[in-house]
Amino acid sequence: MNSNTKRLGVQTVRMQNPPKIITTYSMVGPKEGEGPLGQYFHEVVKDDTLGKESYEKAESELFYQTVIKAIESANLKQEDINYIFAGDLLNQLTSTCFAARNINIPFFGLFGACSTMTESLSLAAMMIDGGFADYTIAATVSHFSSSERQFRFPLEYGSVRRPTSQWTVTGAGAMILGKEGNFPEVTYVTTGLVKDYGIKDSNNMGAAMAPAAVDTIVKHLEDTGRGEKYYDAIVTGDLGKVGKEITLQLLEKQGYNIRDIYYDCGDLIFDDEKQGTNSGGSGCGCSASVACSYFYGKLMNKEIKKILLISTGALMSPTSTQQGESIPGIAHAVAIEFNSNGGEK
Amino acid sequence: MSKKKNMSENEIIKDFQTITKETEPKPKIIKNCINAFWVGGLICLIGQIIHMLLINYGGFDEETTKMLVPAIMVFLGAVLTGIGVYDKIASFAGAGTLVPITGFSNSVVSPAMEFKKEGFIFGVAAKMFIIAGPVLVYGIGSSVVVGIIYYLSQRF
Repeated sequence: MNSNTKRLGVQTVRMQNPPKIITTYSMVGPKEGEGPLGQYFHEVVKDDTLGKESYEKAESELFYQTVIKAIESANLKQEDINYIFAGDLLNQLTSTCFAARNINIPFFGLFGACSTMTESLSLAAMMIDGGFADYTIAATVSHFSSSERQFRFPLEYGSVRRPTSQWTVTGAGAMILGKEGNFPEVTYVTTGLVKDYGIKDSNNMGAAMAPAAVDTIVKHLEDTGRGEKYYDAIVTGDLGKVGKEITLQLLEKQGYNIRDIYYDCGDLIFDDEKQGTNSGGSGCGCSASVACSYFYGKLMNKEIKKILLISTGALMSPTSTQQGESIPGIAHAVAIEFNSNGGEK
Repeated sequence: MSKKKNMSENEIIKDFQTITKETEPKPKIIKNCINAFWVGGLICLIGQIIHMLLINYGGFDEETTKMLVPAIMVFLGAVLTGIGVYDKIASFAGAGTLVPITGFSNSVVSPAMEFKKEGFIFGVAAKMFIIAGPVLVYGIGSSVVVGIIYYLSQRF
């Protein structure tokens, strides 16, 4: 490896001075709070409108509160933070942009559908390692009710959900990255290619995103030269029950067996049988809230040391679906490690 | 690394297609049909009971009753939608709640409620028929076509 470059292989970059995730904050709605991970979230709101008159405003408020509380818990001020990278699922990034009106931090709005958590985390980490920032924030939000009305049907419309369909998570997660302290570090970032293997059914997003997840995982392992067993956990964003199984089988075909260390945030967040969520959770708030609570917690108390987080996105719009287009998938991988010697073994 | 197989994209796509087919969960068709049948039947039964009540105890004639029953069923569908119950029944009964006139009511009332936040003109009024619109367009359209065919067949 050329020591002058931070590039590694075809799609990966290595952090020279790995930025540290100094704190996280997660907020979810009541349904997520009742799910198997309920106790891990920093905050579960009782009312998913958050006292606002529309769900878009509620989503915006959820994002705002998550970011503000993350900053507070890091004992920082808004002025200390150089950039915030954030996004959501709504048209024109409505909830994040409108929340950013009240946040005094230079703002980059990102759309990566449900992949936005690792997209923002990648850029937030690279910005610090590049020497352009001391502190950055990566954050995303999604809301079940605002997504339903944009992508599907009115809430009260009676329809049967398909076995492959997923439930958009009402939730937000924020990570604050800095340079100092003894915290989990971002060591590698593998940016994904858009993959589209022809799935047209927007009720089967897990299958639409699985090829991108597989490609990014394989590229990451190839680029870094790490075996799949290097990680204590390989975690995808929101492939759900269906997409998770497709991913595992596709990886097996390519010679990678990760079954015993593989988790999917969408699969973990709901009890599909009890909560009627069919194939699990989705939305950018899914991997954000689960990574910021459950997995960050496990890293902090050293239950696990090395995790590869891969948020996955289905890049369709209501218009493209109606025009019969297939669904492009995307996945970005970020390696987060908590070693005393800077992430390297 | 040693186990890694070098596969071309086309091979991966082929694998993907077989795996997707194999892993796709199948909808429970028989169970869904049974639920749709009895819930749909129940809605029709309620309609029939209202019909009989109106004739026997309400003193309405047959013609008036034929107009009143759908109006009452539409009202019931709208109320159940408004209090947030209809979609719960529908997620269980599927076509059983979609096909009767209460389902039509649900498909008009639910967007009207949902888009109230965008105002009464661009929200409620403009979005009210986003689901029921196609049914109206093609329902009314095809009835006109059938009417013309009928008219012509009578003349010749």
